[in-house]
Amino acid sequence: MNERALRIGLPILVLALVVLAWDGTVRAFAIPPYVLPGPGLVLATLIADGDLLWQSLLVTLTITFEGFLLAAVGGIVLAIAFNQWRPVEYSLYPYAVILQVTPIVAVAPLLLIYLPQPLAVLACAWIVAFFPVLANTTLGLNSVDHNLIALFELYNASRWQVLWNLKLPSALPQMLAGLRIAGGLSLIGAVVAEIAAGSAGAGSGLAYRIAESGYRLNIPRMFAALLLLSLAGVAIFFALSALSHLALRRWHESAIRRES
Amino acid sequence: MTPSSQTIVSLRNVVKTFASGTVALDRFNLDVRAGEFVSLLGPSGCGKSTALRIVAGLSAASAGTVEWPGAGKIGFVFQDPTLMPWADVAANVRLPLKLSHTDEAQSRAAVTRALERVGLTEFAQAFPRELSGGMRMRASIARALVTEPELLLMDEPFAALDEITRFRLNNDLLGVWQELRRTVIFVTHSVFESVFLSQRIMVMTPRPGRVFAEIPIGAPYPRDERFRTSADYAGFCRQVAEALGQAMAGAAA
Repeated sequence: MNERALRIGLPILVLALVVLAWDGTVRAFAIPPYVLPGPGLVLATLIADGDLLWQSLLVTLTITFEGFLLAAVGGIVLAIAFNQWRPVEYSLYPYAVILQVTPIVAVAPLLLIYLPQPLAVLACAWIVAFFPVLANTTLGLNSVDHNLIALFELYNASRWQVLWNLKLPSALPQMLAGLRIAGGLSLIGAVVAEIAAGSAGAGSGLAYRIAESGYRLNIPRMFAALLLLSLAGVAIFFALSALSHLALRRWHESAIRRES
Repeated sequence: MTPSSQTIVSLRNVVKTFASGTVALDRFNLDVRAGEFVSLLGPSGCGKSTALRIVAGLSAASAGTVEWPGAGKIGFVFQDPTLMPWADVAANVRLPLKLSHTDEAQSRAAVTRALERVGLTEFAQAFPRELSGGMRMRASIARALVTEPELLLMDEPFAALDEITRFRLNNDLLGVWQELRRTVIFVTHSVFESVFLSQRIMVMTPRPGRVFAEIPIGAPYPRDERFRTSADYAGFCRQVAEALGQAMAGAAA
């Protein structure tokens, strides 16, 4: 109980101290809002521009969610294909790696040339989120207990039965770890693409608002948008962690509290 | 003839060479008759587990013949409990029936029966990680029994357990065996365990694995704690230990 209170209380305390120091600095040195707005002003802007920012947040979150969903389905399906047919893995894995290691910031402008803007943003969100799902799920599918495989063999299990009853449940912890990373990355991918698209003069997502506010020296709105973006990232992380915990809480070591 | 004289499985001059070049088994012979309790006894690396996997059909012999004239269904108990950690005990025990598409009501009854046999009825809904090592092994045995196999293969199932738990599981295993009268091939490196359980012990030489001696254990069943502390038991143990010692000496360990 005490431990729990500390875990929640300490970060809040740190937050309060940082906000106070921020506010104090802005006041003490009379920093103009176009250089550094105080926390009060950021909050006020967040409320005043609430409608606009909320609409933008929805745009970005929708893209993020779609990108994540495509990455999750695509990554898992491809990992299963890799696991079932080795030639598929040999043929495609190198290109999945190339897709992953090429910086998305560099790819985004190119995608924007060939694809309509919303589709290009979605593609970016998908590209960055896809690989961790693929890599983790592949690892999970390949890490099945050998004796359990022998057991399934002994009872003449079909390939489908082995996949469904053994490999997929056994890969679940790694798969969920991949999804947790992918959630944050798809937000990053969406933001990168929006910024790239923003400089091309289109878009209405939250990242575009940040870029736009920057050009207009509307620094308080920039902060407000950034704050919303971080909160969205945190929310995604917690949602996926909760999902992972729910799925694993009865059996996997990662979801069970150690008794001391 | 009574059915108990029927040969269940027969290995003739079986050789097993691994890809690494290791010869695990060399001209290995084994005949097991219906209803028998046979142990393969030998040190680690003598190929006894390999022999068991060949009997199970999990591994193919490099040379020689393997025949299963009387074996129908086979149950296998690994050295580790090898349970699916994401499934509760009942689901783990039901697995072989699920894989053979046995209908719901029938498998539920079979699972209940198997859990009763190993004394795990109360733990049907528990997950493997919530159980002790001994209880996990009981669940593993229940899973092997659930299809009512003709032949039960056990690969050092109790090696990782403490002595108290091992003795209890030995007693319970003999109880199940006497009740069901199925055939058991039991792999172990413990002289005491093999003597307590078996009707017949095949002492094996290491590298390459071969049968060095066949020792019948003529003591009557049921065997219990009294047998475990009897002079007969000690005598058999000495005889088997001597054979094992000679088998090891021959191999220049």
